[in-house]
Formats: sequence, structure tokens, C-alpha cells
Amino acid sequence: MSERVTTTLGPLELPNPVLTASGCGGTGRELAQFFDLTRLGAFVTTSVMAQARAGRPTPRVTETPSGLLTAMGLPGPGVETFLERDLPWLIEQEVRTIVSVAGSSVEEYGDLARRLRNVPGVAAIEVNVACPNVEDRGRMFGWHPAAAASVVRAVRAHARPGLPVFAKLAPDVTDIVTIALACVDAGADGLTLINTMDAMAIDPQTLRPALTGVSGGLSGPAVRPVAVRCVYQVHAALPTTPIIGVGGISTGLDALEFILAGASAVAVGTALFHDPAAGPRVLRELEEALAARRIGRLADAVGLAHKPAGYVPPQVRPQEPEKEKL
Amino acid sequence: MSDTPVQTSATVLTVRQVQDYRAMTLVAPAIAERFRPGQFVALAVGGEHTSRLVRRCIGVHEVKSDYGGTVELVFADTEPGTAWLAGRRSRDQIDLVGPLGRPFRLPRDPVTCLLVGGGPGGAAVFALADTLLRRGCRVHFVLAGASARQVFGSRMAQRIGDSSAVVTEDGSMGEKGTVRDVLPRVIEETGADVVYGCGPTALLRSLTQIAGDFGLPSQVSVEEFLQQTGACGIGVCMTCMLPVHGEDGVTRMVRACADGPVLRGDRVRWGDLGTIPFDALGAPRVLSVSEGGLQ
Repeated sequence: MSERVTTTLGPLELPNPVLTASGCGGTGRELAQFFDLTRLGAFVTTSVMAQARAGRPTPRVTETPSGLLTAMGLPGPGVETFLERDLPWLIEQEVRTIVSVAGSSVEEYGDLARRLRNVPGVAAIEVNVACPNVEDRGRMFGWHPAAAASVVRAVRAHARPGLPVFAKLAPDVTDIVTIALACVDAGADGLTLINTMDAMAIDPQTLRPALTGVSGGLSGPAVRPVAVRCVYQVHAALPTTPIIGVGGISTGLDALEFILAGASAVAVGTALFHDPAAGPRVLRELEEALAARRIGRLADAVGLAHKPAGYVPPQVRPQEPEKEKL
Repeated sequence: MSDTPVQTSATVLTVRQVQDYRAMTLVAPAIAERFRPGQFVALAVGGEHTSRLVRRCIGVHEVKSDYGGTVELVFADTEPGTAWLAGRRSRDQIDLVGPLGRPFRLPRDPVTCLLVGGGPGGAAVFALADTLLRRGCRVHFVLAGASARQVFGSRMAQRIGDSSAVVTEDGSMGEKGTVRDVLPRVIEETGADVVYGCGPTALLRSLTQIAGDFGLPSQVSVEEFLQQTGACGIGVCMTCMLPVHGEDGVTRMVRACADGPVLRGDRVRWGDLGTIPFDALGAPRVLSVSEGGLQ
């Protein structure tokens, strides 16, 4: 792995910036059939909740133009089984693991962080704030700055001191910057932008909503421009806060776009359903894209789109083999 | 031979119309050599820059050692993704992942097997028939479809099977009716020891019930359910879930792709497909409005 692509997310150092997005990589075992997971910057788990959940009935996914609409209902084995069965496997394989946590109350978030406190091998916690808050009529935590901050604060308070905490925000809010600020004030070390967008499809055959859950979360290339906008806005407001960019990344150039907007790492999600080996491929393509632009280090490209026109990033000399080609 | 699936760019050899379906032969040696009957492949559709992100999961009809190893698929081109597949020509490349899923369990002894196929799913029982015949089993077929044009493989079944029966809903071929109408008689006539099936969910459901009435084990491939609900084929998207009760009596939501597509018929809660049964592990205990926004 070249040094060109090492990245830092606050206190977290990673050999490369390509992660899996929460909910898209299964338990890790499924993707490990196609590539070595240690080649990823980190593996982000499906959101863990306190109890086992079956999720919603099928159909819970529908294909939309350049996207995927899902209403899964946060299925998962529950934290108990996750700690016994799934996490030890990832740690055994020496996969850098970011654990995503989700709850329906502030207490549940805090409780999950406490359960992870003494588990060795966890690289960071990602707080999925796109959960309905049962204490507040089921409105999503992520829709309100105070609610989002309260779950981040609960996780920060119970997580191991020094363990990086990232807040994953939903894009379909009035002002994502306000929510980002509230989360950082509450102790988030960084932000993951973005979660899915609330959307809907209606089946013209059945004349009914296509999903059991009526509306669902839109992901895939269809949301990429929204995600890039969110990363750009938040990076402009919080230039020192590390950002993990997520949303429709399926090529190295897509990843570069997020990095130029201000992300220090990127997560590949829906693309994994289409191409199980998308992670290492995006990394390879990103390395090629940086080399082609003579950008020596990934860090030099982070937030480059914010620089005034005409600004030239630190350049590296073309490498020897390229000279030979000329 | 390895158990792990591979992702490969396969070359299209031929695409043919077979009655109402398309049969596609692809050169994919690594998949052909790993394949076991009942497994399926997941195909990317629409080309490199496609806007269609969901893979199409299609059962394998047979594999052959021609051209280094070919894989033959049979499918109905009823939606834009499979219609795109049907439009491929020789030498086109298709991104293929496979073989995926759990295969049919095979009997240890040379017993009498009844293979039931419905619609394009009927194609998947022929690879199984080959393996069973090689093991000295007796193989009987029941093939079903809405009409003659939707019965796949009736001639092949006549050729390789010890017996074969065809049943169509409109009576345009074989007997008029459904699998439910003929299966008890065929089980009695053939003295079947085990019933295998692949086809529409309703067919699998009656098959399981009738096999159960005769005290016979049933092995069914829920390929149709997987085609309708699956997005990835490899077990990460969690969209093709169906309720199955385990040996411990606990119902779990399992993935049709990674935990199937072949399941013990008597373990599937057919009547609860498309729901989360209230007693399933992790089922919501209280139905409240507040859960409405969960994604």
C-alpha cells in the first residue's frame, strides 16, 4: 500500500481512505469471499442495536433510477450476538472495524457505547442518528440538532476515552451545518455524511407503494450530488473536523469528488451490492486518479475544491516509469 | 474445487428463445467447475455505467465442460434488467458472480427421486437430475406451467427421466390443472423417497404440503422469491428474507440467497412469506405508530 493514500480522521489513522458504508457489508464474512478485508481502510458494521430485530417484511428494497430505495427496519442480531459472533471474527482477521450503533432512545445509545467500552480491537464508533426517537413521537434524532447532540453526548460519555466517535447525519434536514455543529459540540470527533434520504416509489402494477414501509431510504449514485453538497457545506463551516464521505460512490473519481469537497475518507455502500469487490477497486482507481493529477498525498487533496481558482496543490514530479513511456 | 464464489467477466456464447423463456450460455469456467445443482449466479445488468444497481439472481440450468466450462441460464425477460440480458449477443461480456447459495442436498443411497419444476424455475432441476442419475438414483419428473409455452424441458425430461408428467393450467399440454392435482398420484405411482422442487412459491408450498402428507422429505429452491426480492445475491443486502423455523422450533428470518436458495420445504413458513411472523426472533413486539419511520 502506498503512503500516498494514508489518511487521518482525528485520532484515527488509516492506511487508506476507503471504507464500507454501514449496512452494506453484511457481517464481513460475505465480502471476505471476494477480497481481503484488511485491504480496506476500515470495515464499518451494520448498525448494532440492543435487541435482535427481524426488521420489516419484504419487499423492503426497490430499484430506482441510479439508486436503491430501502426500508429495512434496522434488522440485526442485537448487541449480544454481535459481540459473541460477528465482532470477534472481524478482530481475528485483523480488520480495522468501526462499529455503527443505533438506538430508539438516548439511553440505548449510551448503553451500546458502554457495552463496547472494554472490547479490544474496535477502531471507532459511528453513531447512526437516523433512528426514530421513541421518546419523541418517532421523529428521527438526526432531524433536530438537540436530539442528535443528545445521542452523541450519551455515546461520548460511555465510550472508552480516546475512542473516536463519528456521527452519521441524514441529508434531508433544513440545515445540515447546524446539526453537524451540534454533534461536534457534543463530543463527536468527526462526521459521516450522508445517510440515506427519505424517498418513495409507487408500483404502477399494484398501484400501491413499492415498499412495505411505504417510504424508504434512497441510496446509490442518485444521491451523490446531495452528499457532495453536504460534505462541502460542512467542511466549509468546520474545516478541521474530519469527514467520512458517503453516498453513491462507485468509482475512484467519485471518491476523489468527495475528497475535494472536504472528506478525509470515503465509504462505499450500495456499490457493494452491484460489485462485491468495489472497495479495493475504488481504492486502486483513486490512487491512479491522484497520480494522474500529480497529487503526492491524499491529504493535499482534502477540501481542494474550497481553494480559490488557480490554486495549485503541492505537485510531485512524474515518476520514472512515466518518463520512460514518454 | 473451491467453495468460495468468484466474480468474473463471462463471455456470452448464445442466447436462444426457448418457448416463452430465454436460454443463455456463458463461458465461465471458474463458475462451472465450482457449481453444484441448486446454486445460482448473480448478474450485473445494463453494462458498465448502468443505472440499474441490483444484480439479477438466476438459477443455473446446467454446466458443461465445452469451451473450457460453460454455464447455462434460463429466465423470463419480463423486466428491464432481464430484457437487457435477453438482448445480449455472442461475445458480449457480462459481469457474473457465482456459484452462490446452498445446493440441493443429495441422498446418500440410490433412492427414487421426484423432481418438480415450474415455469423457468423448472430449468434448475435438470442439473440436479444429471447428478442424481449418475449416482444411480431413479429420477421422475413433474413439470408445470400456465400453458404449454411455459413448461420448460418436457422433452428433455422424457429423454432422461424414468417417467415424466406435465401439467398446465389451461390444459394446452399434458394434464389440465396444477401440481397439486397430480402430485399425490405421481408420488404413489413412482414410490418416490424424496421430492425436489424449483418454481413459483405457490407450487413449492403445495409440493411441501403433499410431500409432508406422504411423510416424504422435500428440498425446494426458493429461486423465484429470490429473483423478486434479492438485490446482491451474496448475502449483504438483507432484502430477500423469509421466515424459516429451525430445529429448535425458533423462527428466524433467513436470507434466500446465502441461507438458501435450497431449503427444507417443511422448514419454510409458506403462509407467512412477505411478513415478519409475530413469534419470529427479533419480531417487533409492540406495533406502534412511533416505529413508522424506521429505515
